[in-house]
Amino acid sequence: MGSVKPIREHPPEPAAIQAHALDHLRYIRETMEGASSFTAVPGFGGIAMGATALFAALIAAHQSTADGWLAAWVGEGVAALFIGLFAMARKARSARMPLFSRPGRKFALGLAPPMAAAALLTLVLYRAGVMGPLPGLWLMLYGVGVVAAGTFSVRVVPAMGFCFMALGTAALLGPPGWGNWLLAAGFGGLHTVFGIVIARRYGG
Amino acid sequence: MARQSLLRKERPVRAAQAPAGRAQDLDRLIHERLRLGIVSALAVNDSLSFSELRRLLGTTDGNLSVHARKLEDAGYIACVKSFDGRTPRTEYRLTAPGRRALEKYLAHMEALIRAAREK
Repeated sequence: MGSVKPIREHPPEPAAIQAHALDHLRYIRETMEGASSFTAVPGFGGIAMGATALFAALIAAHQSTADGWLAAWVGEGVAALFIGLFAMARKARSARMPLFSRPGRKFALGLAPPMAAAALLTLVLYRAGVMGPLPGLWLMLYGVGVVAAGTFSVRVVPAMGFCFMALGTAALLGPPGWGNWLLAAGFGGLHTVFGIVIARRYGG
Repeated sequence: MARQSLLRKERPVRAAQAPAGRAQDLDRLIHERLRLGIVSALAVNDSLSFSELRRLLGTTDGNLSVHARKLEDAGYIACVKSFDGRTPRTEYRLTAPGRRALEKYLAHMEALIRAAREK
């Protein structure tokens, strides 16, 4: 005796449909979050940070004391931090993403530890009266942070980090007189060039 | 010919014609996982290159190429080929119909979940 086959297949259970739909929505959200790390790095913010760094390099070059030189660059660091945060918030808003969604968090968590280390080492070296290694230290640690933070971003972001690390190496091994101009080339030049590339290719 | 067979097999169902909340009325074109990934990734970027999409979705050249072509044929994504120096570069972006299709798909998924909860 042959088995009876239903003419129509039974529709899937509501629970199965719900699980399937939830799985699809989760996939969409994860893909969007992963893809939006491409846009989490603000190109226009990089250009603005580059402009203020070039200005800071000029001011720092005209300082007669080491303290004045340090104050110019520390001021630039604080200004760049606010510009970066503002630009990331603006870009996240335009992509309709919260600032500290997964891509934003990933970027901040990658960049923050080397920046905290740079701040602490700056204080230690300043107290010890050793200012020579500071440009190399800043460029190197910022580069390390950008490479780490940009691991899940477009290749141009970690590439920028490696360029900073190369300039940091030159500053640490080169003559002390290069320091200020390597800072200008890095925080001014690299931010501007890569900022233009990111803004043009990755929407702002 | 290829396009005709595609339209026959995977024609998107217009949401206006289909009541929301029925699994069989889903837009089959973007219901497929990789195509859904392509559309979702492009929804949060102005444009993405072929290699960026491949890296992001963790797929092969051939697979991405086939599925991107289907979305392109349906008018959901647009493809621009150019040269970066001597290197060919393929850029994809989401079109307005593609964005609408994703929004309708999302609404449809949410309706399915609501309907399943009410049963």
